[in-house]
Amino acid sequence: MPGAIRFILNGAMQSVADAAPTTTLLDWLRAQGLTGTKEGCAEGDCGACTVGLREIGPDGRLATRPVCACIQLLPMVHGREVVTVERLAAPDGRLHPVQLAMAEGHGAQCGFCTPGIVMSLWCAWHTEGPPSPERADALLAGNLCRCTGYGPIVAAARAAHDLPRPDWDNADAAAAPARLGALSAGPLDYAAQGRRFLAPDTLDALAALAARHPEATILSGATDVGLWVTKRDFDPATIVWTGRVAALREIREEPGALVLGAGATYAEAHVRLAALWPDLGRLIARIGGAQVRAMGTIGGNIANGSPIGDMPPALIALGARLILRRGDGQREIALEDFFLDYGKQDRAPGEIVEAVRVPTGGPALSCHKVSKRFDQDITAVLGCFVIGIEGGRVTHARLAYGGMAGIPKRARAAETALLGQPYTRETVEAAIAALARDFTPLTDMRASAAYRLKVAQNLLMRDFLERTRPDLATRLAPEPV
Amino acid sequence: MDAPDPSPAVRDGVHTPRRHDSAEKHVAGSALYADDVAEAPGTLHGAFGLATIARGRVTALDLAPVHAAPGVVAVLTADDVPGLNDTGPVVHDEVFLAASEATQSGEVNFHGQPLFLVAAETRHAARRAARLARVKYAEEPPILTVDEAMAAGSRVAEPYRMARPDAQGRDADAAIAAAPRRLAGRLAIGGQEHFYLEGQVALATPGEDADLHILTSNQHPSECQLVVAHVLGLPAHAITVEVRRMGGGFGGKETQGNQTAAAAALIAHRTRRPAKVRLDRDDDMVTTGKRHDFVIDWEAGFDDTGGLHGIRFTQMARCGWSLDLSNAICDRAMFHADNCYHLPAVEIVSHRLRTNTASATAFRGFGGPQGMVGIERVMDEIAFALGRDPLEVRRANFYDPPGRPRGRSTTPYHMEVEDCVIAEIVDDLAARAGYEGRRAEIREANAASPIIKRGIALTPVKFGISFTTTFLNQAGALVHTYQDGSVMLNHGGTEMGQGLFVKVAQVAASELGLDLERVKITATRTDKVPNTSATAASSGSDMNGMAVKDACGKLKARLASFAARHWVVAEHAIDFLPGAIRAGGEVVAWETLIREAYLARVPLSATGFYATPKIHWDRVNARGRPFYYFAYGAAVTEAAIDTLTGESRILRADILHDVGRSLNPAIDLGQIEGGYVQGVGWLTSEELWWDGSGRLRTHAPSTYKIPACSDRPRVLNMALWEKGMNRELTIRRSKAVGEPPLMLAISALHALSDAVAAAGDYRAYPALDAPATPERILAAVERVRHG
Repeated sequence: MPGAIRFILNGAMQSVADAAPTTTLLDWLRAQGLTGTKEGCAEGDCGACTVGLREIGPDGRLATRPVCACIQLLPMVHGREVVTVERLAAPDGRLHPVQLAMAEGHGAQCGFCTPGIVMSLWCAWHTEGPPSPERADALLAGNLCRCTGYGPIVAAARAAHDLPRPDWDNADAAAAPARLGALSAGPLDYAAQGRRFLAPDTLDALAALAARHPEATILSGATDVGLWVTKRDFDPATIVWTGRVAALREIREEPGALVLGAGATYAEAHVRLAALWPDLGRLIARIGGAQVRAMGTIGGNIANGSPIGDMPPALIALGARLILRRGDGQREIALEDFFLDYGKQDRAPGEIVEAVRVPTGGPALSCHKVSKRFDQDITAVLGCFVIGIEGGRVTHARLAYGGMAGIPKRARAAETALLGQPYTRETVEAAIAALARDFTPLTDMRASAAYRLKVAQNLLMRDFLERTRPDLATRLAPEPV
Repeated sequence: MDAPDPSPAVRDGVHTPRRHDSAEKHVAGSALYADDVAEAPGTLHGAFGLATIARGRVTALDLAPVHAAPGVVAVLTADDVPGLNDTGPVVHDEVFLAASEATQSGEVNFHGQPLFLVAAETRHAARRAARLARVKYAEEPPILTVDEAMAAGSRVAEPYRMARPDAQGRDADAAIAAAPRRLAGRLAIGGQEHFYLEGQVALATPGEDADLHILTSNQHPSECQLVVAHVLGLPAHAITVEVRRMGGGFGGKETQGNQTAAAAALIAHRTRRPAKVRLDRDDDMVTTGKRHDFVIDWEAGFDDTGGLHGIRFTQMARCGWSLDLSNAICDRAMFHADNCYHLPAVEIVSHRLRTNTASATAFRGFGGPQGMVGIERVMDEIAFALGRDPLEVRRANFYDPPGRPRGRSTTPYHMEVEDCVIAEIVDDLAARAGYEGRRAEIREANAASPIIKRGIALTPVKFGISFTTTFLNQAGALVHTYQDGSVMLNHGGTEMGQGLFVKVAQVAASELGLDLERVKITATRTDKVPNTSATAASSGSDMNGMAVKDACGKLKARLASFAARHWVVAEHAIDFLPGAIRAGGEVVAWETLIREAYLARVPLSATGFYATPKIHWDRVNARGRPFYYFAYGAAVTEAAIDTLTGESRILRADILHDVGRSLNPAIDLGQIEGGYVQGVGWLTSEELWWDGSGRLRTHAPSTYKIPACSDRPRVLNMALWEKGMNRELTIRRSKAVGEPPLMLAISALHALSDAVAAAGDYRAYPALDAPATPERILAAVERVRHG
C-alpha cells in the first residue's frame, strides 16, 4: 500500500505524507491558505465548511458530493478530488453563475456561510436544473444562514440557471474523470506522527485488517467519529477506514430482500429505499442535511448504536437482519438484537458490520419523526410502524421507536395489544395505553419524558387516522423532493 | 416637512438598491475575516480553561499537567494580568481570568466561566492542554431561574420603576380597579443564542514599545480598545483595534468579544509573539452571553371594546452572573412595554436578576422584543376574553396619529409620540394581506381539520431609535481625497453583514457627487476614528451616515471656496455635478478640481462628527425623550400546528415596514426578511436548555436549532412602506432598520397561539409561552382541550 495520501485539489495533484491522520480536511485546507472554506461549528451542522468531493461512483460515473470538510479526515480524500470555493470562478475572475446569482440577488449579508452555500448549490449545478423551492430546501438543509432568512438564497439558486453557462467549469468537470484515473490511488496504509490510517479496498482485506487490529477505530463516513476528533480530542493509534471498499457500498436485490452494504451512504440508499417504502424516503430526507447524507453510511449509523439514529427503528420495524463479519467468519442476527444497551452493541472486537438485509414484500412502513426543527435535527421521538391487516384484523405488528430508550426499541406491549385484534380505534387506544408499559423515556434538552411518551402514543393515533381517514390532513410538511 | 436632500445623479448613490460592497468577495471566498489573514510565523494560539461547576470557589488549581502538555508556551491566570483583571463593559464586576494559581483560589459564577488561559504553538495543542488542569472546587447551590433569583433577592442592579397616571390622575392600580373588566397573567419568554456563523476571534500582534494591534470581530472597537488597555495596564493609545468585517454580530459582539480580545492581547503582551484566540463553537456558546429570558407578570383593566384603562407589568429578567449591559437592556424592555399602544395609567417595574449563568447581553432588539411580547400577549388575551378579533383591540389602543391629537400620545416615560403612523400601516397591510377574509377562511377550514390547525395574526411594531444612554449617540468619520481624486472613507461603524458600509458609502458618493465605485470602504480602526460607540441600537447608518455627511460637507465647502477663488466666480455659482463641478460657465472634472486644490494647498482630508439632537433622559424620574424617533412596521403571519405532536410551520408572512426614505431598498429588505426569520427562530425552535447543575446543554447547532432553509415562510410578501419619510432630519430622511423587523415575528407567535386556540374550539386561551417548541405547543393544545 502506498504511504501518502494522494488526491486532487482544485485540479492539481497533491501528495501528503506528514499530516496526522486525524487532521481534518478543513484544517488542512485553511493551512494551505484556502481560507474561503470556513469553520462555523466543527461538527458538520452549519455547512460553512462545505466543499465538493468528486469521485467515480459505484456506477462508473463522475459524482460530486457536498461534504463538511470540518469532520472529514484528510486521508478520506485519498483517490478523490476536492473542489473548494476558490476553484469556482474562471481564471480571469468571472464568477460562476451560482456565485454571480448569489451576489446579485443579495444572497449574502455577513458572507460567512456564503462559500458553503455556494458549494452546496454548485454540487447540484452540473446534474440538476433550476431547483424548486422544495428542492432548494433539500439542497440547503445542511447550510445555516443567520442573516438572510434564506429567501434571497433560494431565489439565487434558481436564478443561477438563467445565467450563461460557465464554459471553464464545464471543461473542468469533463476533465475530472481523466484526472481521477491518473491518480491511480489504491489502498492506503498511511502513518504519520505515530498514528496509522488503513484504507483497504476489498472486503476481504477490510475484514482481515479489522480482525488483525481489534483495537482500531472503524471509520466509515466520519459523521460521528469526526466529532469525536474535533470535540473530544479523540486521537486513536489506528483507524481502519471502510470508505474505499466498493463492495461495501453495493445495494443489491435478493429474492424477498434488499441488501444494503454497510458502506452505502444515506444519499446512495435513498432512492432505492424510497421506491420500496415511500415513508422511509421521507424520513431519510430529514436525516442531517445533504452533506451528512452524502457522508454518513447506513452501516456506520447502526454500528455506533446511537439511541437517536433514525435508520434503526425503521429497519427494525421492517424486520431487518444484520450481517456481521469477523475475518472470514460471518454471522447474521436480527437488527434489534444488535442493540444491547445504551452505548453497547453486539459487536465483537475486530468484527465489522457488513450489510443489512431488509425483507421486502411485507406490509407498508410508516415513519413519524418528531424534532424541534423539521429539517436537519436530531429526533426527539421517532415511531416506525409496520402493521399488517387482513380481514379487518391485525395480523402483523412491528412498532419500533427511537428516542424512547437508550437503544432503538420495539414496543412489545403495544404490538401485543394490536395483534389478532380488529383494527379499530378501540384497539389502537389499547395499544396507546400499553405503550406506557413499553417505555420509560428520559428528559433532556430535546424533550421531556412526558412529552416523549405522549407523542409516541399520539403517533400511533396518527398512523391509525392515516390508514382509516386518508381524507384528513395529518402532516404539516410538503412532500420532500 | 422638508423635502429629501437633493443630490447629483451619481451611479449607485443613495436610495438605489446597490448590492453589498463585499458581495463578490463573499461568494468567491475572498472576503477576509479575522481568522483568514495569514498568520505571522510564531503566532501562538490561546484557549481558556473553563469552570465545570456553576457556583462556588476554586480550592486547588494544579496547572502542572497543562504546562507539561505538548506545545504549551504559557499558562496564564489572574496572577499574570498586569492591569485590571476585568472585562466588564459598564462596571468592573466581570472578572476576566477567575482563578489564581498563586493563591489557589477563585470564585466561580457560572458553568463554563474562564478560569485560566493557555498559550500554545497550535490551536489544537492549546485546546487539548486546557482540559488537563486539576481543579478542586467548594461547590455551592447555583441560582439558575427567575423564581430562584427572586426568592433569593439575587440582583445585578436595583429594581427600576416607570409609572404615569392617567388623565384623571389615577395610578395604574386605581385605574385597573375601576375598569369594567380585568385580567391578569404571567408569561415566560426564552433567551436566544446569537449564533453568528463566525465565532469570537481575535489576533493580537505586538509592535514596538508595548503597542498591540488587534484584528478582531467586534461591534465596539473603541470599548474593546479600552478594555484591553485596562487589562494590560496600558494607555489606550498603545492599543489599536481593527475590524474589517464580522461574520455576523446581532449584538453578540457588542461586549462579548472583549474577553477573546483581552485573551489574545494578554498572550501577545506576555510573550511578545502574535497571538490568536478563536473560540470553538461549543466554548463560544457556553462562555458568552445571550438574549435575556424574561418572566412577565401583568394585570390590566379595560372596557368592553378592549380599550385599556390601566396596566401594570412586572418584568423579571435573567441577567446572568454579571451586569454587562443589563440595565440598558432592561430599560429598553420597559420602553417597549407599550409597543404601539397608549397605556392610560401604567406602572412598569423591572427586576434585574443575578443568576449563575453566562451573563445575558445585547441581542438585536436589546430588551425591546421581550417588552413587546408582553403587551402583545395582553392585547391578545383581552381580545380573547371579549370574543373579538385581536386586531380590533390592537387598533382600539393605538397612539394618536401625527397631527390628530386626542390626548393619547404620551408614553409611560412621558415622551410624546409625534410620528405614530402605525394605524395607516396596519390598515394598508391588513388590506394587502387579506387579513379579515383569511381569518374567516381559516376558522372555517379548521372546523373540518381535526389534526392540523391553522392560525393567523397581525401584530404591529414601534421601536425607539437612539441609544437610551444619551452620551452614546455620537459618531465620527474620516474622509480623505487623494491627489488622483479617489476617496477613502472611514467611520466608527462596523460591518457585520447589515450593509452599513455600502449605505454609508452611498451617502458619501451622493454627498460628493461621485459614483460609488470611486469611494473606497476601509476597515474600522480606533486609530482612524476614535471614541466611537458600538454599532448597535440600529443606529449605524443614522449616526455614521450623518458623520460622513458632515465630513463631506467640510470638504465640499473648502473645495467650493477654493474653486470660487481659482476660477474667479462667486461661491454660489459653484455647483456640484456628478463627477465634476460647475464653476460659472466652466465644468471642471473632479480629478482636475482635486489636483488644483492640492496644488493650492487646500486640505483634502476632513473629519466629521454627529451627535443626535433632541434627546435627553432623566433616569431618576423616568422621564424625557430617550428616542429621536420611532420606526414602525407590521406583519401578518399564518401558521399551522400538528395537534398530535405540537410541530408547527410558518405558512405565509406579509410584511409592511417603514424605513423612511430607504438609503438602500435592497439592503433594507434584506434586514427585514432576515430579522423576521431570526425573530421566528427566537419564538419557535430556538431553545436554551440548562440542566439542574447549571450546565447549558444546547451549546452547538446539533442541539440549538436556528431556522433552517425550510423554516422560512413558504409565501413571503414584503414591502417597504411607500409613504415612509422620517419626520426628523435623519440622513436622507431614512429610518433605522437593523432591529425593528425582528419584532415582526411576534405575529408568528400569535398565529401559533391562534392555531392552538382552534384546537380547543376557541373556548380556552392558549397562553402559549416562547419559544413555542413542539413540546410547548402540544402542552398548550392539551390545556385548551382538557383545561
